Amino acid sequence: MISALSNPTKGPAFAASRNSCKLCAPLGACLAFRGFEGAVPFLHGSQGCATYIRRYTISHFKEPLDIASSSFGEAAAVFGGRENLRVGLENVVRQYAPQMIGLATTCLAETIGEDVPMLVRQVMGEMRGRVCPVVHVATPSFSGTHAEGFRAAVRATVDVLAQPGPRHAAVNLMPGIISPADLRYLKEIVADFGLESILLPDYSETLDGQAWDEYQRMPPGGTPLDAVRRSGAAQASIELGAWGDPERSAAGLLSARFGVQHIPLPAPIGVTHSDRFFAALERLSGRRTPQKHRDERGRLIDSYVDAHKYVFGKKAVVYGEPDLVLGLVGLLVEVGMAPAVCATGTRGVGLRQQIVAMAPELDSACILEGVDFVEIEQQARAAHCDLIVGSSKGYGMARRLGVPLVRVGFPIHDRIDGPRLLHIGYRGAQQLFDRMANALIEQSQDNSPIGYSYM
Amino acid sequence: MAPELIDPERVKQELLQAYPAKVGRKRAGQMVVNRKDTPGESPEIVANVRTTPGIITQRGCCYAGCKGVVLGPTRDIVNITHGPIGCGFYSWLTRRNQTRPPTPESENFMTYCFSTDMQEDQIVFGGEKKLQQAIQEAYDLFHPKAIGIFSTCPVGLIGDDVHAVATEMREKLGINIFGFSCEGYRGVSQSAGHHIANNQLFKHVIGRNNEPAPGRFRIGMLGEYNIGGDAFVIEELLDRCGITLTATFSGNSTIDNFERAHTADLNCVMCHRSINYVADMIQKKYGVPWIKVNFIGAEATAKSLRRIAAYFEDAELSERVEKVIAEEMERVLKAQAECQPRCQGKLAMLFVGGSRAHHYQLLFTELGMRTVAAGYEFAHRDDYEGRQVLPKIKIDADSRNIEELHVEADPEHFRPRVNEERWKSLAESDMELNDYAGMMTDMEEKTLVIDDISHHEMERLLEIYRPAVFCAGIKEKYAVQKFGIPCKQLHSYDYGGPYAAFEGAINFYYEIDRMVNAQVWSFIQPPWDKHAGPTLEAAFVKP
Ligand code: SF4
Ligand code: SF4
Repeated sequence: MISALSNPTKGPAFAASRNSCKLCAPLGACLAFRGFEGAVPFLHGSQGCATYIRRYTISHFKEPLDIASSSFGEAAAVFGGRENLRVGLENVVRQYAPQMIGLATTCLAETIGEDVPMLVRQVMGEMRGRVCPVVHVATPSFSGTHAEGFRAAVRATVDVLAQPGPRHAAVNLMPGIISPADLRYLKEIVADFGLESILLPDYSETLDGQAWDEYQRMPPGGTPLDAVRRSGAAQASIELGAWGDPERSAAGLLSARFGVQHIPLPAPIGVTHSDRFFAALERLSGRRTPQKHRDERGRLIDSYVDAHKYVFGKKAVVYGEPDLVLGLVGLLVEVGMAPAVCATGTRGVGLRQQIVAMAPELDSACILEGVDFVEIEQQARAAHCDLIVGSSKGYGMARRLGVPLVRVGFPIHDRIDGPRLLHIGYRGAQQLFDRMANALIEQSQDNSPIGYSYM
Repeated sequence: MAPELIDPERVKQELLQAYPAKVGRKRAGQMVVNRKDTPGESPEIVANVRTTPGIITQRGCCYAGCKGVVLGPTRDIVNITHGPIGCGFYSWLTRRNQTRPPTPESENFMTYCFSTDMQEDQIVFGGEKKLQQAIQEAYDLFHPKAIGIFSTCPVGLIGDDVHAVATEMREKLGINIFGFSCEGYRGVSQSAGHHIANNQLFKHVIGRNNEPAPGRFRIGMLGEYNIGGDAFVIEELLDRCGITLTATFSGNSTIDNFERAHTADLNCVMCHRSINYVADMIQKKYGVPWIKVNFIGAEATAKSLRRIAAYFEDAELSERVEKVIAEEMERVLKAQAECQPRCQGKLAMLFVGGSRAHHYQLLFTELGMRTVAAGYEFAHRDDYEGRQVLPKIKIDADSRNIEELHVEADPEHFRPRVNEERWKSLAESDMELNDYAGMMTDMEEKTLVIDDISHHEMERLLEIYRPAVFCAGIKEKYAVQKFGIPCKQLHSYDYGGPYAAFEGAINFYYEIDRMVNAQVWSFIQPPWDKHAGPTLEAAFVKP
């Protein structure tokens, strides 16, 4: 059966998905909501989705992640989920005393066409005692992936909370789905420029916490809601990994509603993209890039020079969320590797156009949108690739092709350091480059009949 | 003498405190302090009722129970999820069932995740066309013997008829294709999905091949899912005893085996919750009796082997079984002696599944550990109290919409395996013939039994009892460990195992010993932060 799977000839365009390369929208929304202080994610629909999404996300982050659900039964599925929503919200408020509830819809609620904003208004209006803001986001997975759910949830949060006010120097940062380690580093960079950052969202602590001395019902961390309120008066929003319609992003909304300058940038992966990010911070802060970061860049370039003999001309397969793929392609190109297959499970994001705009020589590369792993594997085989860069889900393909997999992004279920991996900035580029070069070295070392310890 | 336990009634009140009155009343029924004053009778518990919205549960959905649990471990059927992408993606090879195809070329579709990836168009205009196409694609790609179609939530609502599509494609392609109406909102947990899976297997697969497997003592193993390779060690053990496995539902299984499952002479039920329907239906239609077995725990394994041998009434078989038990117990006792001193008297809690929370208690007992609280995620009253309560269980709206198949003796293939007299004597023996005594009979007095434990209750229990180990799944694992308490996953085995049979028991002893005595727990409190504030636990221990 493996042979059928790995048949190199490109099959017809398939209607069904065979080993999907995307996850569903509410997962992205829950991830985003987890990055706001005191927020509890809540899924309106059946409990199964919440359970699956918890299991999946927890396996990656190795942290608790509570997601409440309105637990639809057959009756709610047929007659509507108002009562379930009421009881659910009431219980969450009572158990967690949350500062905010992030309410996303599952396919079920979307299929029956619940008027969620109206229901929320009614239910919260009836609730006695403490209430909290409920941020609703529609996340039908039949028309969007986790990346889209994430973006939509950040936008919805800003939509509900952001306020106008006298302009202040803080910078809003929309990081996209990156690791907790990336988020921490991002904050460090911005602070080094003497700027206050408002991360939208920040799950660096909530999803990569410490061992607690005493148990906490609500994990500490997340962007304080007050900071989100102030995002409406920030001097600018830097949106990393920006793609698609700016209308659908939080930064676009803040710009349209409050005139906050919108700076869309690619995910700062690799030197070229990172340089753009640092340049933006120089502009906003009026300061030069601090020495620490210039040194890191210097060491990174030095290592590119020293090690590029190992990586030059190697063919790579890259897959994942569109912004991650674009960023990784940037890095690969600058170290002289050939991104032979660039793929995302998301549709309609203009991946080809963006890649070619960045690196015109990739016009002939295989750039795929809305694909599954079977197709990626076929293309990878046809391209005789040397290296695979992506989430754990490509492991099967890597194994069959006999090619090393450098794990990046989400989900990473077969290594322990997913939340601690760095991807962005000079430091992230250093890590990625080292890991990729080492994987290639290890491969040729292992395949050598002699077994040199000097490579 | 074991030390006195905290008054469980007080703990119960403590757990219930956080809830609004109505929720509290409901939860109170699902929380029972075990009593053993009336032999053969356990206190009544409320189970298999819908989880209250907003309460964080361990439970999954009907679809998960149907596709993931029962059909997931069968390697030669192509499973297609009909629905949006998430449901299929999340159930993609996460249960860690293992399988062993006879040759590298043999069919194995388990690593494969097929989904119709429904888009808005299909939600609005119907998805039957896309489903047909997906079936055709799967067929063209693999030419499998069988294809299963699993419905997710939207499917039932938009009115797609997966059964009609299955019939049409079955006729067109000439292979066995069948659908499951296992939309996630049906029933209250995975349990509904188990039942639906049982029904469809019975209707569409079991009984298609009347050729029995060669062998003198033919049994079926029901409710064993080969997590961590459990089925492999059980298979090997049975083989050593000279017992033939006709089919396993469904660890390391194939469709071919299912088709002849009814030719066994005895069915052995491991996980009663997920598969008792098949056991019952095979008994009614084909006359194969079933007994309850359990291969988790060395003592339980020995007991189960003896039950099987006693059923077949064969001296040679009994002798062989005793010989195997004697050999194995020697190794087992050695491992026990090594681990016990470090585990003796420590407390364990188990909240998982529909049988594991019961079975794994026996392993802890063998280590000298005490189970102070346990409960199932998706079981029914009979799994707690024993099957004698079946006639008393009220059928509510959530159960009513799951089909009960009406089964009669097959005019041609019904063959009673034992005569009436023998049946009577078997029923009077301790064999659990067509019976399961439930979890509570195996638990101590004054232990807490909690159905569908909530996240909040789990946190309080951990604070109050500070057990040495807590058994649950990945969703609970990292919350538990924040308390400085190890969490053993009993769904995936933390990717370890096998834990079944004698070999597995030995594995488990060492594993738990390592876990509860690991150095890491001592580092959690940093040296600069050693404050010794009063803990609840202290308040509870001192009366
Ligand atoms: S129904 Fe939708 S939201 Fe739920 S798991 Fe499936 S794809 Fe995700
Ligand atoms: S949509 Fe329904 S079937 Fe899918 S995971 Fe959610 S509850 Fe289960």
